[in-house]
Formats: sequence, structure tokens, C-alpha cells
Amino acid sequence: MSHIIWNKRYETMPEKRKAELQLEKLKRMVRRIYDKVPFYKKAMDEAGVKPRDIHKLSDISKLPFTTKDDLAANYPFGMFASPMKDIVRIHSSSGTTGKPKVGAYTKEDIRLWAELMARTFTCAGVTRKDVIQNAYGYGLFTGGLGAHYGAERIGATVIPISGGNTKRQILVMQDFGSTVLCSTPSYALHLFEAAEEAGVDIRQLDLRVGVFGAEMWSEKMREQIESKTGITAIDIYGLTELIGPGVASECLEKNHLHVFDDHFIPEVIDPETLEPLPPGEKGELVFTNVSRKAFPILRYRTRDITALHPEPCPCGRTHVRMERVTGRSDDMLIVRGVNVYPSQIESVIMGIQGVEPHYQIVVDRQKSMDTLEIWLEVSEQLFSDEIRELEKLEARIRQELESVLLIGTRIKLVEPKTIQRSEGKAVRIVDKRNI
Amino acid sequence: MVRQISVFLENKSGRLAEITRIIGEAGVNIRALSVADTSDFGVLRFIASDTDKALEALKAAGVTATATRVIAAEAPDRPGGLASLLQVLSDNGVNVEYLYAFFHKSGQNAVVILRVEDKEKTLDIFEKNGIKVLTPEEVYTV
Repeated sequence: MSHIIWNKRYETMPEKRKAELQLEKLKRMVRRIYDKVPFYKKAMDEAGVKPRDIHKLSDISKLPFTTKDDLAANYPFGMFASPMKDIVRIHSSSGTTGKPKVGAYTKEDIRLWAELMARTFTCAGVTRKDVIQNAYGYGLFTGGLGAHYGAERIGATVIPISGGNTKRQILVMQDFGSTVLCSTPSYALHLFEAAEEAGVDIRQLDLRVGVFGAEMWSEKMREQIESKTGITAIDIYGLTELIGPGVASECLEKNHLHVFDDHFIPEVIDPETLEPLPPGEKGELVFTNVSRKAFPILRYRTRDITALHPEPCPCGRTHVRMERVTGRSDDMLIVRGVNVYPSQIESVIMGIQGVEPHYQIVVDRQKSMDTLEIWLEVSEQLFSDEIRELEKLEARIRQELESVLLIGTRIKLVEPKTIQRSEGKAVRIVDKRNI
Repeated sequence: MVRQISVFLENKSGRLAEITRIIGEAGVNIRALSVADTSDFGVLRFIASDTDKALEALKAAGVTATATRVIAAEAPDRPGGLASLLQVLSDNGVNVEYLYAFFHKSGQNAVVILRVEDKEKTLDIFEKNGIKVLTPEEVYTV
């Protein structure tokens, strides 16, 4: 496989040189936020650590964490490290789980972001010859503009179609000859399904790559998208708090995501003890963005569950790699005392041949007993006119889930389109418990 | 062989009314029907006057519906009529997945719709035992 690399100097930097660069940037960043952001001065004073105490990279663990709650307490502009006159743009998350998270960018930050998304596209094998259909939402959400600037940076042709309007997406894909689709994976699946219904065969079109992010998805879902459409589906990672998309990306090896660690220093910690974990061990991902000017963030607890792998990748990049995010330390469901990650359920469902991933996880409590129900839409491929066959299917899924989750579940077969489709992020979990 | 339409139904009120309304609005007549159910879901099976038209209308409405080939056989309309037909199958080791019956408007006989594992074998057995099997046209235009 031939790999192209956008920025060889930084993306293939030898480990030792990179560690020096990270330390240098970390020291500079910590000094700056101590001086400019009252929240960080207070937090560091309380932790008894001063900027001069950072001598080596591992000293990062002396520094305090930043959480979602800290951002909410300083909403909207309390965490900015640059004066408004230097800030050229503000983005914000949807705020579905509390106060929206607000991020600011200087001109320099926007340039950095474009560079990071240029790296991301190049990781996915996208070049200036490609036509990129950017179906991430444009607006306050970082996805649309983030991907847009990166696509322009590599010199590709951008179609800024934004999210939604599936019919038009399909029409544009056919008529404009899009070769790359950027969207959430669940929306991509929705779009491909709608195309199929409309009698459009994606395999006959020019589309060859999907750059999918902004929500969790599984390896099984990738297999399904790829076998359905013949495209290469690449997982990318980012969050508003750090910069937006462009924090990490898979290369064509599709074996973990390269973290652009010359700008984002990753750590994995035990979410209970908060102690750093060694490479390869799963825990909560923590990031420090050492380059961003307007919105630097110190040891941010992402709540995403992953593991880090420092071994080199055949593509030549020396960035540390993170595993595909398989769960959230706060989305994790505790059902009858057992930790359940929705991604585990998804892997099982996607593994049942013929089942399309339209499902919903419903947690409830009946007479002080937690119940876990999986609603599954019965597609034509799944349907049998014999009740016995349908009951066998339910039993098979239930048994597989039980062997993975170690708790009992109930499978409920429902009619197509019962579960609400998502144009953006999928709502897979309904927790009706009132605890 | 006769084509039967099977529809996946959730057990919720008004669902059957909705499905039959779709079929009616497509100008299709229901010749015979049966519903099998569990506590959560059911399967509606029916013979339509126009199978393709009914399928098209149901799919357009987003309903999960498939066509299955079934056998329509005549059973004498008298006590023990169905039993004698089933005895023939039982004697020859044929398992019936499900069946339902309706009356022929003009004839003296009842029509039994059968789903079996081995259709060819069943047709042979019926022929050897003098049991009349109806053609699709005969059933669709009852």
C-alpha cells in the first residue's frame, strides 16, 4: 500500500526529537495559561504546582485535570487565553448534555486547524484531485468548517453541502461526481440506505472514500459500509474542546488512529484512581493541546475510552496511535451493577447477518430491577413468515449479547422506521430509569 | 403455485386496520387471511387478488412484506374433511408449517392454504391421493 504524508517533517519525526518538542511546547503553554487564564492559575496553585516545576514530559501528571464541568462553570468565555481582538472565530458544541462547550480561534489557530485536517485527509488517501462532498453540518458545529478548510488546504474540490437533505446529497453525489464523503457514520449509512431505496447503486458512482467521525462507531459498522458501497471508510477523531475534527485519524492501514501529538499530548488514565496507565491499557483519554492560542486546555478529561499504542505504523508516521473509541466513561450504562458499553451491543447486532444497524437500547427499571431491551427493526432480509424463525433470531441475538455482556437482555422486534433516524448524531440509548 | 403475502406486524392497536387499509386503497381484494402472533409481534398472511400490486403498495408504505409460495388444496366440506387431507400428509411424513382455510364461493369444497417444507413432494402426494390442487388463477379470482 502506498501512503502519502502531508507534513513529513512533523508526522514522521523521530520519537526523541518529538518528545523534546512536546516538552518545549508544554512548558511554554503552562507558563502562558498560568498568566492569562485565572481558572488555570487557581487550579495550579491549589495543586501546588508552578510553571517552573515542569522539567520533563512525565511532569505533566503533576498538573491538574480540566473537566466538562470546569468548562460549564467558565461558560462562555472564561477559558479564553487570547483577547477578543485576536479571536477571529467562535465555535460551539450542541450542548445536548448540559451547557454548550465554546471554543475560540485566533488566525493562527485556524491555520493550524486547516493543517491538521489536511493531514487527516491525506491520511485517508485524499488528494487535490478529489471532489469532497462535505456533509458535516456547517455552522457552530466544528465539523463542517473544519473539514472545509482542510479540504481547501490540500487543494481538493469542496462541495459545501452541509448535513441533511438526503435526496439532494444523492443527486449531488451522482451529478458532481463526488469521490469523498465527509459525514457522521450513522448519517452515511442513512444516506446509502436511501440511495439503495431510490435505486442508486453507490458502486456505480465515483465515490471511493468516506471520512467519518463525530460519533462512536464499530469495526462491524465499517465492514457493513464498505461491503455495501465498495468505498474505503476511515475513522477520524476530534472534539470541540481541543480544536474540532483533526485531532487523530486513521491512515489507510486502518489500524488505530494517529494522534497528531506534536499539537495534542495524549494520556490514558484510570477513570477511578486518575492514575496514568501504561501503553496498551484501556482507560479514559486525556488531552493537552499545547499549540492552540485562544483556547489552550490542560489535561482535558475526554471521557472517551481507548488505549494508546506507541509502536511505529507501516505508513511511516511516528505519531502515537489511539484505538478506535469503544465507549465513554460517562455514557457507560450500569445495568444490574454490570458495566455495559453501547458499542459492545452494536458489535453483536452488526454481526448478525442481514441485520441493519437500526436498533435502540432501552434501559428501564421494573420493581427495582433493571431491564435491558434491544429494539431491532425487522428488515425484509431479516423477516421470515414463520414465527418460529423469528423467535430463533431473537434467541440467537439474546444469547450472543448475554455471552458478551454477561447479563440478560430482551430483544424486541419492531417494524421498519419505528426507531427515529438521525440526520446527525444517532440516539441509540434511552434510559427510562429514574434513579 | 399460489403466492401468499406475509407482513411483519408489531402488536399495537390499529396496525392491522392500517395494513388492510393500504391494501384496500391499492384496489386489491383479500381472498383469505390469517394472523399468527406472539406477545410482541405477529405475522399477517394473506392471499391477494393481485399479489404484485399489494406488495408494491405495502413496500411503498415502508411495511416489511414478502411473498411466499404456498399450496392451495381442496378439502371436502363435510365433518372430517380436513382431517382426511391431513392424514394423507401425516402418513407420508410431511410436516405442515402452518395452514388456514376458507370457503370456495361457488364450489362445495373448502380451500386449505398450506405451507410445507417440501412442496414438490406434497404436490405429488396430493396427486396420487386424488386431492385437487387449485391453480393460482382459481384462488386469486375466487
